[in-house]
Amino acid sequence: MDVILRGTPIVAGEAQGLALVSPEPLSFWGGYDHHTGEITDRRHALSGHVAAKKILVMPFTRGSSTTTAVLLEAIKSGTAPAAILTPQVDAFLALAAIVADEMYSLPLPIVALAPDDYATIHTGDRLVISQDGAVFRDASLA
Amino acid sequence: MMLHLDAKDEAMLNGDCGPAAQLAMRILARMAGVYGAARLMDIVGAHIDSTVYIGEAGMEYAERLAALGAQVAVPTTLNVSGVDMGGWQDWAVPQDWATKAHRQMVAYHSMGAIPTWTCAPYQTEYKPRFGDQIAWGESNAIVFANSVIGARTQRYPDLLDVCCAITGRVPAVGLHLDEHRTGEVLVRLRDVPERVQRDEAFYPVLGHLLGRIAGDRVPVVEGLIVQPSEDQLKALGAGAASSGAVALFHIVGVTPEAPTRDAAFHGAPPHQIVDVTMDSLRRARRELTTSEGARVDLVVLGSPHLSLPEFKQLAPLLAGHKRHPGVKFLVTTSRVVALLARQTGLMQVLEDFGGQVTVDTCVLTSPMLPPEIKTLMTNSAKYAYYSPGLLGVTTAFGSTEDCVRSAIAGRVVRDESLWT
Repeated sequence: MDVILRGTPIVAGEAQGLALVSPEPLSFWGGYDHHTGEITDRRHALSGHVAAKKILVMPFTRGSSTTTAVLLEAIKSGTAPAAILTPQVDAFLALAAIVADEMYSLPLPIVALAPDDYATIHTGDRLVISQDGAVFRDASLA
Repeated sequence: MMLHLDAKDEAMLNGDCGPAAQLAMRILARMAGVYGAARLMDIVGAHIDSTVYIGEAGMEYAERLAALGAQVAVPTTLNVSGVDMGGWQDWAVPQDWATKAHRQMVAYHSMGAIPTWTCAPYQTEYKPRFGDQIAWGESNAIVFANSVIGARTQRYPDLLDVCCAITGRVPAVGLHLDEHRTGEVLVRLRDVPERVQRDEAFYPVLGHLLGRIAGDRVPVVEGLIVQPSEDQLKALGAGAASSGAVALFHIVGVTPEAPTRDAAFHGAPPHQIVDVTMDSLRRARRELTTSEGARVDLVVLGSPHLSLPEFKQLAPLLAGHKRHPGVKFLVTTSRVVALLARQTGLMQVLEDFGGQVTVDTCVLTSPMLPPEIKTLMTNSAKYAYYSPGLLGVTTAFGSTEDCVRSAIAGRVVRDESLWT
């Protein structure tokens, strides 16, 4: 654990897992199968990847306001990412995480990172996220 | 920024207004923190998109609020649901889905909301007025309310819209405030002939392109030489809110906050200028078609929900013809418009053609299409944009006339004269 990125916890929580970096925004409605955690937007760079239990790193959500409802279903079903890192505050992701916390006491950690820090994360990095928004990267396993 | 709650907000948060208002205010206050709001403000109306059935968690959320005694604090319309209770058996909707989607409808209706069940609430008698502060969900409704009416709403996501309706409050941020309604990118129509601008298919295509250009910024369109109809602006907005996150557009000389270019930009220069030519429109039009060849299994019109004027336009195209037996022909609309179409004889024309109607929902929000439907044709940029990902089908985009002619011919037929 030799790198620490100081993020802002939009929804606080702890998580660990492998990073899955999306080069582009994603709409969960029409783009994420909440039964399996697969990214199903066939126009998307991560089409076919399973984001369940991964730490999803993506710029922001796109399009439909139903994204929040799809992510809530995924959190309840255990098919959501373990955490989501963004370079800016994304209200749609935060809302799904907040409602999951209120309904099921299942908060999904959402952390906003400075754009420079955000850009240093690569798919496959092993990340640990703490309550205060710190993101630890284990370089030895990367 | 520190969020300041007023006495009424604090009372709701403390449970003085009941447990439903408390839960709604707790979620709203946490979200106000995420938005960086300094305060909450009053609204005069809401439109709830959380009615769209996605799965059990969304249903449980609605039922939890309903069981806690939730009542909306302002006049509130309801977006499409997940099932047409009058006709789902004619389609491929599973029984379990119909049951749960209906439970969710019952929960939202029990909160005292108006059972409009439509994605075009701006074409009902509950249409907001210029300057109204409202909390609306459903991307096409949001962009219409902000742009065409001049009412004021943020892009409210599912699950939050109902909290705003129950509390009558929203975070005072974004498009609720003057300073965020200013144009950002100038989109100039260059040499787009009047005959193209008069064509109904121009508007969904321009909308699709506008979303691509603007992303989540406020575009200002200049160079429109015709006065578009309400339905044309609706098609434009739905396209822009699908390919992009457009919540507000201005059209100089058309929309209420853009009498002049300067007014649309609040006197400031645009951040960016983009020219739209016939070439860029042709490319945008092509993007809306993903199918190859002439196959068509279903023609579907009505995203956003078909209005009565659109029904009136459609009827003469259908009259005296029959659809090809290999092509289904479906119109999605609201229960009120369906009733009016029935009373005015328009529905009979649709039925004589061999067409069907679905109310309260649409092909994107109800799993109604049987697996043998592989290719659908539509005049809607929103249907064309979302169907490949959500339904696993390919799409052909065309004008309403193209759609009807294709349904009759049993294969995709398009008039290309305007676009070549």
